[in-house]
Amino acid sequence: MSEENKDIERKRRARRVNNNQRGQGQGARFAALEKPKDFSGSIKRLAGYLKPYRIRMIIVVLMAIGATIFTVLSPIIMGRITTSLYNSVRAGLPIDFVFIRNTIFMLIGIYLVAASFSYLQQFLMAGVSQKLGYDLRKQANEKIHKLPLKYFDSKTVGEILSRVTNDIDTIISTMQQSITQLITSALTFIGILVMMLIISPVLTLITFVTIPLSIIITRSIAKRSQVYFSKQANALGELNGHVEESYTGHVTVKAYGREKQFIDEFNEINERLYTHAWKAQFISGIIMPLMAFVNNIGYVFVAVVGGIFVLRGNITIGSIQAFMQYTRQFTQPIVQTAEIINVLQATVASAERVFELLDEEEEENEENKILKLKEPKGEVEFRNVSFGYSKEKPLIKNMNIHVKPGETVAIVGPTGAGKTTIVNLLMRFYEIDDGEILIDGVNTKDMKREDVRKLFGMVLQDTWLFNGTIKENIAYGKENATDDEIIHAAKLAQADHFIRTLPKGYDTELNEEASNISQGQKQLLTIARAILANPTILILDEATSSVDTRTEILIQKGMDMLMKGRTSFVIAHRLSTIRNADIILVMNNGQIIEQGSHDELMKLNGFYADLYNSQFAA
Amino acid sequence: MIKIFKNLKPYWKNILGILTFTMIGVLCELFLPRLMGNIVDNGVVNGDVDYIINTGLRMIMFAILGTSSMIVSAYLSSKAATGFGRDLRRMVFTKVEGYSLNEMEKIGTSSLITRTTNDINQIQQVAIMSMRMMVRAPLMLIGGFVMAYSTNSTLSRILLISGPLLLIVIAVIGRVAFPYFKMIQEKIDKINKVMREELSGIRVIRAFNKVDFEKKRFEVANRDLTDTFLRVMKIMTLVMPLIMILLNFTNVAVIWFGSKLISINSMEVGQLMAFIQYVMQIMFSLIMVSVVFIMFPRASASAARINEVLDLDSEIIDGRDKLPENKEGDILELKEVTFNYFDSETPAVKDISFKVKKGETTAIIGGTGSGKSTILNLIMRFFDPTSGEILLNGKNIKDITQEELRKHFSLIPQKTVLFTGTIRDNIKMGKEDATDEEIIEALKIAQAYDFVFKNEEGLDYIISQGGKNLSGGQKQRLSIARAIVRKPDFYLFDDSFSALDFKTDRILREELKKVTKQSGVLIVAQRISTIMDAETIIVLDDGEIVGVGNHKELLKSCEIYREIAQSQIGEEALNNE
Repeated sequence: MSEENKDIERKRRARRVNNNQRGQGQGARFAALEKPKDFSGSIKRLAGYLKPYRIRMIIVVLMAIGATIFTVLSPIIMGRITTSLYNSVRAGLPIDFVFIRNTIFMLIGIYLVAASFSYLQQFLMAGVSQKLGYDLRKQANEKIHKLPLKYFDSKTVGEILSRVTNDIDTIISTMQQSITQLITSALTFIGILVMMLIISPVLTLITFVTIPLSIIITRSIAKRSQVYFSKQANALGELNGHVEESYTGHVTVKAYGREKQFIDEFNEINERLYTHAWKAQFISGIIMPLMAFVNNIGYVFVAVVGGIFVLRGNITIGSIQAFMQYTRQFTQPIVQTAEIINVLQATVASAERVFELLDEEEEENEENKILKLKEPKGEVEFRNVSFGYSKEKPLIKNMNIHVKPGETVAIVGPTGAGKTTIVNLLMRFYEIDDGEILIDGVNTKDMKREDVRKLFGMVLQDTWLFNGTIKENIAYGKENATDDEIIHAAKLAQADHFIRTLPKGYDTELNEEASNISQGQKQLLTIARAILANPTILILDEATSSVDTRTEILIQKGMDMLMKGRTSFVIAHRLSTIRNADIILVMNNGQIIEQGSHDELMKLNGFYADLYNSQFAA
Repeated sequence: MIKIFKNLKPYWKNILGILTFTMIGVLCELFLPRLMGNIVDNGVVNGDVDYIINTGLRMIMFAILGTSSMIVSAYLSSKAATGFGRDLRRMVFTKVEGYSLNEMEKIGTSSLITRTTNDINQIQQVAIMSMRMMVRAPLMLIGGFVMAYSTNSTLSRILLISGPLLLIVIAVIGRVAFPYFKMIQEKIDKINKVMREELSGIRVIRAFNKVDFEKKRFEVANRDLTDTFLRVMKIMTLVMPLIMILLNFTNVAVIWFGSKLISINSMEVGQLMAFIQYVMQIMFSLIMVSVVFIMFPRASASAARINEVLDLDSEIIDGRDKLPENKEGDILELKEVTFNYFDSETPAVKDISFKVKKGETTAIIGGTGSGKSTILNLIMRFFDPTSGEILLNGKNIKDITQEELRKHFSLIPQKTVLFTGTIRDNIKMGKEDATDEEIIEALKIAQAYDFVFKNEEGLDYIISQGGKNLSGGQKQRLSIARAIVRKPDFYLFDDSFSALDFKTDRILREELKKVTKQSGVLIVAQRISTIMDAETIIVLDDGEIVGVGNHKELLKSCEIYREIAQSQIGEEALNNE
């Protein structure tokens, strides 16, 4: 039994680790529990972004001050009407309607001014924060195009995406709402305090007794509820994990007849979630009534003591009415400020994540490199090349190959052997540590990255297409391509036929996951794209998994077409490609372990021979 | 929406309690201004200090009573709402576990996940909000109006004008703003989409030197989002100031007409003061009601999605017969099986007939979409054939229970699925009471022993969700071990060796032969090298059998098989044979 418990506990821990990882990806939503690293520094930097909007910000602050002053003033003015009424009634005099009318006009004026002030202020602030969001997004996007590939390979898409989307959204919404709210709350608090003191210091003192009470209540409840809320969040994460696992593994669960086991486990987590959830809800649910209670106590005190004061003539009745309105509004700014401070912390943490992205080291600036190949032939030479993704683990040491124009290099090896490393180096996605890679005798480091990449065409297994028409996607390889050129390329790539069977032909819009065409058809499109780009050197991945046999044959025809007369680096899967290759690079565990022609390697009787025999010999 | 809240039935006691206690709380709250008015009109005007103090004490008692009933109500409502959420989750999950693949695919796995988690949370949140505010606000509204009316009926007419006016303002703004919010969501989705594309396609973008093109694409989406936002904000920032003006003007009107009433002695000053407070309470509850209403459209969409799950019944129903024994060993037979997916007119597989015997290996080859996996799913009864029948030992598999049927099989699916937990837990899924010895033996056959025991934890090594801490090949080997430990009558391999490197693949298959001698094996594959030595190879194209035989026979007789072989192995190698 205890073993079983241990097992459950272990599972739970494993899931929690997953949740934490996911939490990072989601950024803002979980940010409430994070602490910023350098609060004031990051605030300053964020403020720097507001500099262009300085004048607007000043207006916003002035408007907020104005609106608050008027809002704070109105109860006391209204109180004067009550006082006048009360005095007239008490003295048995006719009511002074002229005074009342004038005061009411004054009040209407004040309300209108206050409302328009607060509208203007909110509107301006919305404008400023949206523009700030625009700026930040733009900067982040530009930054992304300047970062080295290393950055993207070390992070998940979700992680980076969440900085550009969730984190920036958090910053904007805080800017838009919380900043002015903070100003207004602080000012309201001060304003009310001043007014209360003016009306009656004694009554103010009485009201003040309730402040520590409300602070204590909010604090202690918030602390408790946070415990339950985080327990609830953990249980919820665990539950989500379990659901995700059960549903994605539905076939396996059914195949092994384990539905009951999974339902039992679900019920256990669900029950736990319920226990934490109702406690969390209950505790957060009693904040409001308790605060109202404290408020009411203050209200009663003011009513009683104020009543006695009026009796004794220490104070006018209108002032009491105003005072009571003030006490009603009094606790609100305190609670609000506490909330805003939490929000601010989360925001600064978000801002820090965005800044971290913006501060990442960029690729070397190559403005001054002007060397270009006018008539590239496609001769490639690796001269004493050494490389490793990290300094401690060198993968390639002193590699030398010489590929003449039009030759084919086959890269072979088991899955995960690091075949893409060669691609990374050729395209200068990564920089080599030592030695040089020469194209037509020119060191690729002496050219701009863009000019190196112009020489290459790439057809990878990971077929990336963007959200646009088929035509646009093929034309991606060549700006200003004519329709004829596009169709010609598609024909050579064996793609023309299937494109024409689509209802909108070349104008078919690819949806987000490009799920309206098959994986194989996508690959045909990337071949057409490469053909249109007409590169000197080719990089191909022959892997055609999840492609039906007929399309596979089409793809191979397209690739053969593409390879004609070009220097090609092929991540090879087909025997014919490998056997006909001029150079075979055999890779395992990230390293090139053998290199030579088919016959040479077979004679060597090493890894390649083994691989060849196990895969292709019947 | 209403349908889903019927599931609140078990909590009717709680709900009754919530109504009662909220009512008490609201009444207490409403009584305070009246008592305050009494202090002014009876105490202050008459100079009666004792009256003032007594009324004060009564006010405190009301405050205590009100607060305690609100706390009780909060207790009841949080239990009811979260319990309701828990029940829904349990119902949905249990339902989905009973689904066949047909239903899974109809709704979609990721959608089902969202429905079980987010959608139910959404509903639970609405339930909480409703119990807190939707109950309180109308009570407050009615109570406030009654109190205001009883304080002064003439003056309460003002509320008949300003109340509806407030609702109209909120409704109009809501109606204008709602489509904008949808638009904003679309623009946000759009910008995220562009960004996601740029991140996932970073290599292609750089390879084609398309950075400027991509920047422009992002700029368009970014500009568009910002502009839409600004337009919406012009309207949305109007809301609060407008509401404030309405509230304040109502107050001014109350004071003006109240003064008139006082001058003709049909009202007292304290009553006027109380009245102003009732006005505030009424207006605030109106705002609250509209806030809850804003949440409803989203929640009702969630409710509809959840109901869809609960209303969808699995089409696969267990039979009741017993499976007959077969002395000569079990036989699996497909007889003219045809199957259409629910939304498709053309069959995924058509007229499939073949037998799998104990001790023999049968292979199916064909490209994606040729219907290979469908056949395995039909054998496992994840779907029922549209026509034809599948027989196990001569018995139609529809006539026995799914549990009985699946006991005879080990399915190794194409997409390896492991679950959070130890390696031991995962292997034990194949056989509940497997001993460590059995597990280790299975791991050895599956070529998984070495990497499992390279870790100190060995069988206790914890696999994290989705098996993220293992490589694709390791996961595949574990899933094969899980199948082996079951010692089934039939193995169903669905392209199960694709993630293994060549060497491991070869050794594993040799080892497997030893244990599968006693069983029937059905392998589905794309790689010809995997299936070349099977006794029977079935070539599938577009859901139909186009060739049956062994490798050599098929090379001669089957055009498609020859084409596949050519493209995978190459012309020369074929000729060499």
